[in-house]
Amino acid sequence: MIVIDIIIILFLISGLFFFFVGVVGLLRMPNVFARMHATTKCDTMGAGLVFSALIMWQGFTFISANILLILVFVWITNPTAAHAIAKTAYQRMEAELLDEAGDE
Amino acid sequence: MIETALLISTIILVLLTFVGLYRAVVGPTVEDRIVAINMISTKVTTIIVMIALLFHQKFFVDVAIVYALLGFITTIGLAKLLMKGKLGK
Repeated sequence: MIVIDIIIILFLISGLFFFFVGVVGLLRMPNVFARMHATTKCDTMGAGLVFSALIMWQGFTFISANILLILVFVWITNPTAAHAIAKTAYQRMEAELLDEAGDE
Repeated sequence: MIETALLISTIILVLLTFVGLYRAVVGPTVEDRIVAINMISTKVTTIIVMIALLFHQKFFVDVAIVYALLGFITTIGLAKLLMKGKLGK
């Protein structure tokens, strides 16, 4: 039991590290796309490691199946949301650049 | 031992969420705010699951499922609204 405890705590610490990196990237990166690069990594790896630790702690129960469902849902929806935001940001940036070029 | 570690990680995650809120308040463009809100929604989902396991309230996990769905729909809706200027056809 000691070994599995150590593995669980290691996973928790690694997940917290990825969340911390995501927040630092969100605060310090220069523009939208660089910030998105940091935060999507934090969502995928951080949530994945923390949820894996919780599943290992719970064992094979109904609750751990629910947590696995949340994990798969987060892994599917976060890249989709990031793609939508990036497409919007790119189109708006392009339109602004075209407007500036048209004025001159 | 694991419960103490889980409690400490939950507190650290709550603090990180409040730090990330800075970008949602200050952020120069609208997309910055949407990215920050998206990240905060994932963090809050994680926090809800951790609290559900810490305090043995099993039905909080269902609340986390609904919260993840809500955050995803909010992000997609805002992105579509920004891109097309309207929702709908």
